[in-house]
Amino acid sequence: MTDVEALVRDLTPQVLGALVRRYGGFDMCEDAVQEALLAATVQWPTDGLPADPKSWLITVASRRRIEMWRTESARQRREETVALREPPEPGPVSAVDDTLTLLFLCCHPTLTAASQVALTLRAVGGLTNAEIARAFLVPEATVAQRISRAKQKIKASGTRFTMPPPDERAARLAAVLKVLYLIFNEGYTATSGEALHRVELTAEAIRLTRQIRERLPDDGEVAGLLALMLLTDARRPARTRPDGTLVPLQEQDRARWDGPMIAEGVALITATLQRAPVGPYQLQAAIAAVHDEASRAADTDWRQIVGLYDVLSSVEPGPMVTLNRAVAVAMADGPRVGLDLLRGASDDPALQNHHRLHAVRAHLLELAGERAAARTEYELAARRTLSTPEQRYLESRAKKLR
Amino acid sequence: MVYGNPWSREMWASFTDEQRAEGFRIHNQLRDSLIASGELIMSEALADPSTATRVTARENGEVVTSDGPFAEAKELLAGFYLVDCDNRESAVAIAARVPEAAFGLVEVRPVMDMRGLEM
Repeated sequence: MTDVEALVRDLTPQVLGALVRRYGGFDMCEDAVQEALLAATVQWPTDGLPADPKSWLITVASRRRIEMWRTESARQRREETVALREPPEPGPVSAVDDTLTLLFLCCHPTLTAASQVALTLRAVGGLTNAEIARAFLVPEATVAQRISRAKQKIKASGTRFTMPPPDERAARLAAVLKVLYLIFNEGYTATSGEALHRVELTAEAIRLTRQIRERLPDDGEVAGLLALMLLTDARRPARTRPDGTLVPLQEQDRARWDGPMIAEGVALITATLQRAPVGPYQLQAAIAAVHDEASRAADTDWRQIVGLYDVLSSVEPGPMVTLNRAVAVAMADGPRVGLDLLRGASDDPALQNHHRLHAVRAHLLELAGERAAARTEYELAARRTLSTPEQRYLESRAKKLR
Repeated sequence: MVYGNPWSREMWASFTDEQRAEGFRIHNQLRDSLIASGELIMSEALADPSTATRVTARENGEVVTSDGPFAEAKELLAGFYLVDCDNRESAVAIAARVPEAAFGLVEVRPVMDMRGLEM
């Protein structure tokens, strides 16, 4: 990302917020802002930065917005609709911070997850349709449709550009955090060199989560999510080989982990756990911190990880928590104990045929020295996964046991 | 994925022009609605299996071709919709709107991708 791009992306929510406040009509304002952002990325690198970049963007976007309004009203007159509309009254630039309001709007519960993600990246993140399309490996037209449909839905729902009422705020914030986590994972789980654009998504998710944290510094889960992202992303340099194959956590070259990022994440989660009510993102961050703090895999404090999974399975139980807990227990108390736990977990319909259950069982069987059974489970897992890199990894494990 | 087999091809041959037009209309409608919902990546109808060319590349660089599809397969791919939707349930709901689903000729299968978690 160039400096101009970074600046433009940072200013996006403020410019869009100012425009929506002044003219109303989120959908058209968002289009106008996109055009202003594009103009900036073309003009600024050659002409130099304007004295006040934010005002420049607001002026250009406003001009475009008024043009749209004129075209729209001309069209409406032609269609002989009788909608009389007040001409816009340019007010002072709002000093109110609109980033949160925008995030709540983009992650509106009536939208599908894919639309929430696309709209958030565009309206708050300042990414273009083409950039979003490259990052998610879908055609640009698909992204354009998702965004225009999302905007229509928001319009139809009659949602105003205001903060959600206090009684809805916690649920709406949870939706925003989930969208940011989705964006992060889309980038983090990318494994191949050609997926550079997807990797940028982790940076984008971290940037947006930092923006929320600046506005809600006391929220434990916002801090927890930011810490989780930092502590996870810190391992990215070591998690794949140049050819895109996955390196399991136990075998990663920990010298390649990002030290400063780990330090920031550990400090953040430590401070947060001491003062905020505990939540799932904080617990996952705490688990990531325990892994990251071990300079050798053998030094991992599995006992502490088991404790954290115990709390996590009471706060937010789920099939993946069950599986990960079984691994931690196996590492602390031996593979047999872990395998016993898996026997109970395999009754869960969400897990029964899940490749991850087979992968974990394979791993524990291998640790227990049951090579033939482990091989069968690795092969089952390899057949069931939808991820090519995971399949390559699981097949290679199975092959080693032949 | 929409499959065809000798039985379905025979049935198609027995359809009137109106019945065929109706089939195309439903497909076009489905396509338009998937474009509008932002779920369609692409969709294609494949030409008749009799137009297939089977290709064998030998180690010496020689390429041998023969006419027609794999003789041993009865069900052959007739076309596909590649969609990006929220979950398997949505994919199944879309598949159920494909007219060939009335004859049990439609299958939903996930696409492999390059994302992965270290184990």
